[in-house]
Amino acid sequence: ETDIDDRYGDLDSRIDSDIPEIPPSSDRTPEILKKALSGLSSRWKNWWIRGILTLTMISLFFLIIYMGSFMLMLLVLGIQVKCFHEIITIGYRVYHSYDLPWFRTLSWYFLLCVNYFFYGETVADYFATFVQREEQLQFLIRYHRFISFALYLAGFCMFVLSLVKKHCRLQFYMFAWTHVTLLIIVTQSHLVIQSLFEGMIWFLLPISSVICNDITAYLFGFFFGRTPLIKLSPKKTWEGFIGGFFSTVVFGFIAAYVLSKYQYFVCPVEYRSDVNSFVTECEPSELFQLQNYSLPPFLKAVLRQERVSLYPFQIHSIALSTFASLIGPFGGFFASGFKRAFKIKDFANTIPGHGGIMDRFDCQYLMATFVHVYIASFIRGPNPSKVLQQLLVLQPEHQLNIYKTLKIHLIEKGILQPALKV
Amino acid sequence: MTELRQRVAHEPDAPPEDKESESEAKVDGETASDSESRTESAPLPVSADDTPEVLNRALSNLSSRWKNWWVRGILTMAMIAFFFIIIYLGPMVLMIIVMCVQIKCFHEIITIGYNVYHSYDLPWFRTLSWYFLLCVNYFFYGETVTDYFFTLVQREEPLRILSKYHRFISFTLYLIGFCMFVLSLVKKHYRLQFYMFGWTHVTLLIVVTQSHLVIHNLFEGMIWFIVPISCVICNDIMAYMFGFFFGRTPLIKLSPKKTWEGFIGGFFATVVFGLLLSYVMSGYRCFVCPVEYNNDTNSFTVDCEPSDLFRLQEYNIPGVIQSVIGWKTVRMYPFQIHSIALSTFASLIGPFGGFFASGFKRAFKIKDFANTIPGHGGIMDRFDCQYLMATFVNVYIASFIRGPNPSKLIQQFLTLRPDQQLHIFNTLQSHLIDKGMLTSATEDE
Repeated sequence: ETDIDDRYGDLDSRIDSDIPEIPPSSDRTPEILKKALSGLSSRWKNWWIRGILTLTMISLFFLIIYMGSFMLMLLVLGIQVKCFHEIITIGYRVYHSYDLPWFRTLSWYFLLCVNYFFYGETVADYFATFVQREEQLQFLIRYHRFISFALYLAGFCMFVLSLVKKHCRLQFYMFAWTHVTLLIIVTQSHLVIQSLFEGMIWFLLPISSVICNDITAYLFGFFFGRTPLIKLSPKKTWEGFIGGFFSTVVFGFIAAYVLSKYQYFVCPVEYRSDVNSFVTECEPSELFQLQNYSLPPFLKAVLRQERVSLYPFQIHSIALSTFASLIGPFGGFFASGFKRAFKIKDFANTIPGHGGIMDRFDCQYLMATFVHVYIASFIRGPNPSKVLQQLLVLQPEHQLNIYKTLKIHLIEKGILQPALKV
Repeated sequence: MTELRQRVAHEPDAPPEDKESESEAKVDGETASDSESRTESAPLPVSADDTPEVLNRALSNLSSRWKNWWVRGILTMAMIAFFFIIIYLGPMVLMIIVMCVQIKCFHEIITIGYNVYHSYDLPWFRTLSWYFLLCVNYFFYGETVTDYFFTLVQREEPLRILSKYHRFISFTLYLIGFCMFVLSLVKKHYRLQFYMFGWTHVTLLIVVTQSHLVIHNLFEGMIWFIVPISCVICNDIMAYMFGFFFGRTPLIKLSPKKTWEGFIGGFFATVVFGLLLSYVMSGYRCFVCPVEYNNDTNSFTVDCEPSDLFRLQEYNIPGVIQSVIGWKTVRMYPFQIHSIALSTFASLIGPFGGFFASGFKRAFKIKDFANTIPGHGGIMDRFDCQYLMATFVNVYIASFIRGPNPSKLIQQFLTLRPDQQLHIFNTLQSHLIDKGMLTSATEDE
């Protein structure tokens, strides 16, 4: 009997040139665009399609920002599901594993489990007051980890039971492929949502910096590009890289200045139980209040000003833009290497002229984690709502003890005035 | 071995894609052995037999089957004795042992990956795999140390800085590895490199997270470390014995040696074993108390007032068992009830970890993960059933046993900003007043 594994096992050991290309899915450019641009040459036609789609995506982005944080969360979830679908489909095509028993179901099931786990961990923090009210939700929250683990286990056992002798290796590959995809995509999207809850500016600025870097690096490369950057992506050039870096830093600086003025962007997202919706209202933290900085001497000479009024956040935005321009592209190179390794031109053909959703988001890959780590290390201390939530779960006697200890501590520090005895 | 020989013999019957079948035959030989010996059809080379000479000589007269049985038996006893010694030596040594086991498991799985993909000569890859292992361990150990050694960390300035920026430092280290990987991509070997990258990450996910959950369990109290691991080992041994003596109905196609009799017998034996073991261990403070780091003596101490879980209580026996045993009530530790849950998981779901590993070995056509332990295979072979147990125990503790730790909460509270502290204090106050624990009258005291 021919072991199917052998036919595909040799895919592993053969060098890349022996492996045939995977045929991409059909072209999805809408008919109207095709007709409108039928007159132009193919190169300009491509350019126009890309341009129009870019503008469409940017307007869509603005529209969703206007609609608020909840829509943004849904958007992030939608993108995550689509990216997952794209990568899994590539896996299927590489391994010809459409007919593996159960595997499609299992991949989506694992996606569901991991999302359930993460949403429970992060979102529950922010809905603490809402959750306290409902009894069933209390139960789900208290045993959350256990329930998530049980769900995952069910999937794991189904996988083990579904192992078929002829397809063992393929099944393990798809299992690993699914898990690595989940690790990359789902964790990133949840970090994005957590950054979003810190304040929409922490969501908007990094994503815009990456998009700006993409566009300006492309433009600089188009007009001035001469020295190739890396063998992996022959179209990238050093001129584009450096030009993109400087433009992104300037763009980030200006965008931070504009956005820091509005409470809507700057305040942490909170869920108010009385209004049953998300509100972003607060006293802006010091980060978002104008401060006077004295300029270092060489800038003084250039700008001829002694001091300048800046938001401290703008200094942080320089760090974020720097990361977006210098390290973000590595995410792009990773995706390019991946596409070359599996001989695909684009991840999918969802967006005409641009490829799949993953193609647009490959540079964002590391940005989300960086923003989260940056916030955790440099901006915010531990999360107060989490401490509160844990306090409320304790036994009443413990709560009372802690209350007394805290009271003493606060009075010592002078934060709390001791009540006057009547 | 016979499986592979049959495959090679069947090559002429391969589908009529001529080029493919020809390269297939060549590659089969390559998949099966090192690239030098193309004509051989031996399975993946297992490292040389490590059975010590003395054992070999002592058992040279017996037949091969009994010899194998004796070697396995002696090694089992040696490992169990080793386990007891380590327990005696204390938590610090246990942590070190867990770390060594983790490194060895990682090494075994990565080596299999190299053998499968012939990627010894991939540039940088060995260095990168070990580097990623180091990064992920640094991240997890940092989180653990920050949690459990809070006062020590606050005292020492360098540690405090490392702890404050811990996530940032770990992320930077990981990023460096990631960028090195991207820069090391070589045109001809893209796919191989991505495979090894994926392989490394899945291995890290499995091996490193489990070992850190084991260490977390250890800090809850050594009993949470010892009882689960012993249950899995007991289940392994009991299922083997029951299968050996009574085994008749095969359990799953994946592991033909497992039988239903072994499975069920092992289940009951493990539950009983778990009950007895917990009864014995719950009596001793050194097993039952959470491990704490004592600042004054600069060492680990296990000294505390045992929690309710470890105090004998009277339970009424349900009617059906009363008639059998003839007792009205029984004195048990509440922990023993929990041990039933742990043993049940170890016997019913633990074997799935073993099936997973068996499937993995079949998929990659290897007999054992490595040959570290004579008669038993590699370290991974021994620990494959533990795979899920560590996560289960950790989840179980988090959900059913411990609430948040009050002293840790106070520590976290003290690191917040004053306005946040005030806000939490006021919320707690109104909550307590709502519950009637606090009245406005007592507030003034």
